[in-house]
Amino acid sequence: MRNKDFMFWLFLAPVLFALGTVVLLPLIYGIFYSFTDWDGVNAAEFIGVKNYVELFSDQGFLNSLWFTFKFSIASVIVINIMGLGLAMLVTSYIKSKNVLRTIFFMPNLIGGLILGFIWQFIFTKVFDAVGRATGIEWLQGWLSDSQTGFWGMVILMSWQMAGYIMIIYIAYLENVPKDLLEAAEIDGANGWQRFRNITFPLVMPAFTVSLFLTLSNAFKIYDQNLSLTNGGPFDSTKMVAMDIVQTAFQLNQMAEAQAKAVIFFIIVAIISLTQVYINKKKEVEM
Amino acid sequence: MKKSGKRWMLEIIGLLLALLWISPFYLMIANAFKTKREIFTNTMKLPETFTFDNFVQAFEELTFLQTFMNSVLVTFLSVAIILFFSAMAAYALSRNGSKLSNIIFFVFVAAMLIPFQSVMIPLVTIFGKANALNFYGLIFMYLGFGCSLSIFLYHGALKGISKSLDEAATIDGCNRLQVFWYIIFPLLKPITITVGILNVIWIWNDFLLPSLVISGDGTDTIPLKLFLFFGQYTKQWHLALAGLTISIIPVIIAYFFAQKQIIKGVSDGAVK
Repeated sequence: MRNKDFMFWLFLAPVLFALGTVVLLPLIYGIFYSFTDWDGVNAAEFIGVKNYVELFSDQGFLNSLWFTFKFSIASVIVINIMGLGLAMLVTSYIKSKNVLRTIFFMPNLIGGLILGFIWQFIFTKVFDAVGRATGIEWLQGWLSDSQTGFWGMVILMSWQMAGYIMIIYIAYLENVPKDLLEAAEIDGANGWQRFRNITFPLVMPAFTVSLFLTLSNAFKIYDQNLSLTNGGPFDSTKMVAMDIVQTAFQLNQMAEAQAKAVIFFIIVAIISLTQVYINKKKEVEM
Repeated sequence: MKKSGKRWMLEIIGLLLALLWISPFYLMIANAFKTKREIFTNTMKLPETFTFDNFVQAFEELTFLQTFMNSVLVTFLSVAIILFFSAMAAYALSRNGSKLSNIIFFVFVAAMLIPFQSVMIPLVTIFGKANALNFYGLIFMYLGFGCSLSIFLYHGALKGISKSLDEAATIDGCNRLQVFWYIIFPLLKPITITVGILNVIWIWNDFLLPSLVISGDGTDTIPLKLFLFFGQYTKQWHLALAGLTISIIPVIIAYFFAQKQIIKGVSDGAVK
C-alpha cells in the first residue's frame, strides 16, 4: 500500500478525521483561546499571556495544584507497595490465588463515580457508626475536613488501583525463572536475599510502568473526586481536573479555564515523556 | 513442617485481605436492604428484615431498563467502530512503511499524551456549533479518543503477521478491503479481544464526556442517570445504595463470566 494509493487513505480516513476534529483541532483552538479573553459567547480578543500570569496569583488554582501533587505522590507510594504485595501473595504457592486475583481486581471494572459514592457512605456513615460504638474519635467526622478528605481519596484510589497494578507486577513476576530461585535457596539464600537479589532486579521494569501509570492516573483523576468529596469542604480537596471543569462550565470563564487546561496538559505530558525517556534509556543499556 | 505453617499463614492473610477488599460491596448491598432508620441504628450487620422497596423505587427512578439499554448501545456502537476503523488504519500503516506513515503513526501515539480536560472546552464549542452534541456526536468522539491506543495495540500485533499472506491473497484476486476483512482481521482476533475489553471498560464507566454531550436528552447512560439520582437523594442512603447496587450488577455478571479474558486483556494492554 503506497502513499499514493487511494486505498491507503481510505483506510486511514475515518480515524484521521475523528482524531483531527475531536483531539487535534480542539487542542490547537484551546492553546489559541488561552491567550484571549474568550467567554464562550462573545468574540475573543487577544490579550497575550494575561490568563497565565493571573493563574500564578489564583490561590484556588495553586491550592488545587498542590493538593493534586500531594495526592498523586501519596497514592503512587501506597498503590505500588500494595500492588506488589498483592502480586507476591497471589504468585506464591497458596491455593486461593485465583480467587484472590479475581477479588483484588474487581474494583477496577466499576466506574470511579460509583466507587466514590460507595466510599462516601463508608467514610461518613460506617466509620461514624463504628466510631460511636467503640468511642474511637478519629473514625468520626470523615470527609468533613481537608485531612480526612485527602486520606479518603488516597484510600479509595488505592483500593481501586492496587488490583490493576497487581496485574502488571504479576506479568513480570511470572517471568522470574523458578529454577533460579530454587538454586538460590539450595545455596542457602533466605527469603529476603532471594527477593533482593533475584526477584527485585527482574521486576524492576514493572516499577517504571506502574509508577508512571499510577502517577498520571492519579494526577488526572476527576470522577472519584466528584463523587467522594465534590472538592469540599470549602474547595480544600478540589483537584486540578475538577477545577478546570468548574471554571469552564459553572463559572463560564472559558479562557481562564483553558489556560489551566494547557498547564495541565504540559504537566501530564512531562510525566509521560519522562517515562518514555527512561524506558528508551533502559533499552539501550540492555 | 515449617513450609506448611508458612503456607497457612499466607492463606489466612489472603483470606483477610479478600474480606477487607469486598467489605465495601458487602456494606453497600446489606444497607440497600434496610430502611432509612435501620441504616443509622444497625450499619454493620445484615438487615433485620429485608425490604425490596428501595430497589423498586430506585429501579423506577433510574428508569433502569431504558438507561441500561442506552449504556449498552453507546458502548456497543462506539467499541464496534473503534475496533473496525482502528484495525483498518493500523493495517494500512503497517503495510506502508514509508516515512509519512511513520509520522502518522507517531501522531496517533503522541495524541495519547493529551488529557481529556485539555481539549474538552473547545471540543464542546466546536461540536455545539455543528449541532453535534448528541448521541451520534458522542459515538464519533469515542472514536476520536479511543483510536490512538487501539491503533497502537493493533500495530504491534500486525508486525507478527507475515506480508506474504497479503500477497498470496492478492494473487488469488482479493482487493485490499477483502484481504483486510477475510484474511487479516480474523487473524487479529486475540488483540481485538484485548482492545475491545479495554474500550468497553472505559466507555461503559465514562462520566465526564457524556455529561457534556448527551446529558438530559433521553439517551442518558448509567453513570449520568446515577449522578442525577444521587443528587436528588443525598441524605437518603437506603435509596442511593439500592441505586448503586442495581448499577453494579451488570458489571459483576459480566466479570463472573469473562474474568479470565478481562484480566488478561487489561494485563496485555498495560504491559505493551
